[in-house]
Amino acid sequence: MPTSLDSRGDLTEALAAQVRVASDNQVPLCIQGGGTRAFYGRKAIGQTLDLTGHSGVIHYDPSEMVITARAGTPLVEIEALLAAQNQMLAFEPPSFGSGGTLGGAAATGLSGPRRPFTGALRDYVLGARILDGRGEVLRFGGTVFKNVAGFDAFRLMAGAQGCLGVILDVSLRVVPKPRVQTSLVLEMPGEAAQSWLTGLMRRPLPLSGAFHDGERLHLRLSGGEAAVAVTTRQLGGEVESLDVWSSIGSVTHPALTGRPVMWRIAVPQNAAPSELAGCPWDWAGGVRWLQAESVDPAIWDLAARWDGHATVWRGPKDQVFQPLKPPVFKLHQRIKAAMDPAGIFNPGRMYEGL
Amino acid sequence: MLDTFDAKLDAQFAPVDPARLRAVLEPLLPKGGLVTAIEGMKPYESDGLAAYRSLPAAVALPQTVAQVQAVLRACSQMGVPVVARGAGTGLSGGALPFPGGLLLSMARFNVILNIDPDARAARVQPGVRNLAISEAVAHLGFFYAPDPSSQIACSIGGNVAENAGGVHCLKYGLTVHNILALNVVTMDGELVRIGSGALDSPGFDLMALMTGSEGLLGVVTEVTVKLTPLPDTARLILAAFDDVEIAAEAVAKIMAAGVVPAGLEMMDGPALRAAEDFAHAGYPKDAAAILLCELDGQEDDVAEEIARVSQLLSDAGAVAVRVAGDEAERKRFWAGRKGAFPAMGRLAPDYYCIDGTIPRRSLPKVLTQIGKISEAHGVGVANVFHAGDGNLHPLILYDANRDGDLERAEAAGGEILELCVAVGGTITGEHGVGREKINQMCVQFSKAEIEVFHSLKAAFDPQGLLNPGKAIPTLARCAEFGQMHVHHGELAFAHIPRF
Repeated sequence: MPTSLDSRGDLTEALAAQVRVASDNQVPLCIQGGGTRAFYGRKAIGQTLDLTGHSGVIHYDPSEMVITARAGTPLVEIEALLAAQNQMLAFEPPSFGSGGTLGGAAATGLSGPRRPFTGALRDYVLGARILDGRGEVLRFGGTVFKNVAGFDAFRLMAGAQGCLGVILDVSLRVVPKPRVQTSLVLEMPGEAAQSWLTGLMRRPLPLSGAFHDGERLHLRLSGGEAAVAVTTRQLGGEVESLDVWSSIGSVTHPALTGRPVMWRIAVPQNAAPSELAGCPWDWAGGVRWLQAESVDPAIWDLAARWDGHATVWRGPKDQVFQPLKPPVFKLHQRIKAAMDPAGIFNPGRMYEGL
Repeated sequence: MLDTFDAKLDAQFAPVDPARLRAVLEPLLPKGGLVTAIEGMKPYESDGLAAYRSLPAAVALPQTVAQVQAVLRACSQMGVPVVARGAGTGLSGGALPFPGGLLLSMARFNVILNIDPDARAARVQPGVRNLAISEAVAHLGFFYAPDPSSQIACSIGGNVAENAGGVHCLKYGLTVHNILALNVVTMDGELVRIGSGALDSPGFDLMALMTGSEGLLGVVTEVTVKLTPLPDTARLILAAFDDVEIAAEAVAKIMAAGVVPAGLEMMDGPALRAAEDFAHAGYPKDAAAILLCELDGQEDDVAEEIARVSQLLSDAGAVAVRVAGDEAERKRFWAGRKGAFPAMGRLAPDYYCIDGTIPRRSLPKVLTQIGKISEAHGVGVANVFHAGDGNLHPLILYDANRDGDLERAEAAGGEILELCVAVGGTITGEHGVGREKINQMCVQFSKAEIEVFHSLKAAFDPQGLLNPGKAIPTLARCAEFGQMHVHHGELAFAHIPRF
């Protein structure tokens, strides 16, 4: 049965009032949910706008395969509710602690190991209600999958890190849980694994995870009984516990810890930069993790040369994201000014001057 | 009719002397690349929404990105509006020329630049036809997933502009889910690359803004599309019902059972009978509705799902359930559905195609309501729709030669769209707002939301020269139509019966 209209945690009016005051007085706001994703990005300085009280599932109808919830709703609560109906979030949002919220997940836009196979968070956002920089409540998109009225301003919010508006609530498309899942581990050097996998991905196989820890390849299969059984036989390797995937998603796998700096370098899956040989990778090669003692700016150039981009995942937070080309940065500044004319939302969180 | 633009309600630009326009643009284009003779411009006066017609001042046919940049820069300097056009198959008048402006045809950008099977991606020019991509990669075991019914003719650039869907988007996604990167020329002539070969990008999701922006933000000059491995097998179920509402309820049951069909389509009695007469697909002509449910994937899993869904459909009240026996029969069943629009010619001289989306749970009630609306306006209606994602295509039947018939059809269409908004849906699922639904935008969005759309447009195109009078209504237009107060279905509509 649909779950509906829980108005207990609706703080829309109070939040809008806070934004209006901040806007009138040009006071920067630092939008905060559970705070579990604060490490991702530059430090935003400003008065805290706390979203944790604005919580609760507004609507969930399993047969509609859509859930709408307020930004402060803990992600674990949403995942448990979906699991009870044998459904899930296809993009497997990483968890960085039990306090993580839906709003934080949407604002950072991060997706887990399933990303190359079933899509990113931004692919599953159907609509959002937001506060713009004037404190106006706006609704973009809705709860239906096919909707081309107006610009996709709701999708623009995904990954914008709160720089364009305060996400009040989000509607997400959900999917049925796969009938069967299994995880395999194979002893195989990274480069060999990558080219083998590139070939595998040209076929319609039920892959849902492909991570290399520097020594071994971990593959996850999800789908119907027959497809998973047949593919398991074809691929070989040893069956391992599915638990490994939560440490890959939350970036706590032992292969990803140790040194003070870690880069997340997103490149085309079949790219082969020799500088990154031997690095652990996720997303079937689409994300390479490079650990170092300090931030070497040459990594930005390396990522750009391979048609990708780099992020300082762990380390000093001066420049965190790939520098943007001037015409693209100019568009960013204009979009920011369109949504947040007073420049009060998370200023500088993504880039200096934005 | 909305094919005349209004200076106050849409946009107004200082007129530019045609001789000057020609003198400036002709040297920027290849020989024969600028058309100003009326007979030469006739083919461009409308898109797939042929009821709306208008002539531009000139038609430009550039061949290189540098020419597109030069033309846009020149128009920007002269203050001349520009409407970009792909194959011209759009159904909402999005490529309708703006009088006194330039129509920019991207038809000559028709080359597939590169196919990279290991990256599962192809770089294509915007004028390449949708189906041509799938055809070019089929021998490698791939397809390009979005498959709008017009795929034989529509271009990928137009698909990006409209965020085109199709029959298989329930499982494989829309255009926005199937492209990796775009090269875009903005109105000031700047070439910008959006997205990359990687699966995500730094900064704001400009790809989300560009996809479905209906030519308001920039001109796409190159698209990197994702290629999807062809499934091992695809099988199709045809289920017949003697009641439309029971068929609609069966749709929710399939979705609730945890099955994601590759396609789930529905046709009502009038639509299926016209399609059967037209395409001889093998549909049961005495049915009140049929469902087509395609399942694809690994052979044994598909066999198991076919059995499960067939049983589910019988339990849900289907009077007959048939599984296509072979590939020829599967294609025949689909041919009836894909030929449903042209088949309408058998029912009435003209039809008006609506494109709303509603939450699936409202399907049975909305169908009943559509029947009542068309009855009240004295027009016939046949329903064809993407049932799996709630995207309705009621086809309103009329005769343009009969006095007042088109107006009655338009009035019924407007009410159906407002009904879609009232139940929590949208005025357009895949055809775009274009010129056609510009007034209904005022029903779906508030004044503040429309202002944000205008600000976003101004971020890319400060002079408002790209595709004026389309997709986003001016506040003056919304005030004129007095509909600003009814949006999000939060307020009751006096003129729509509620349920």
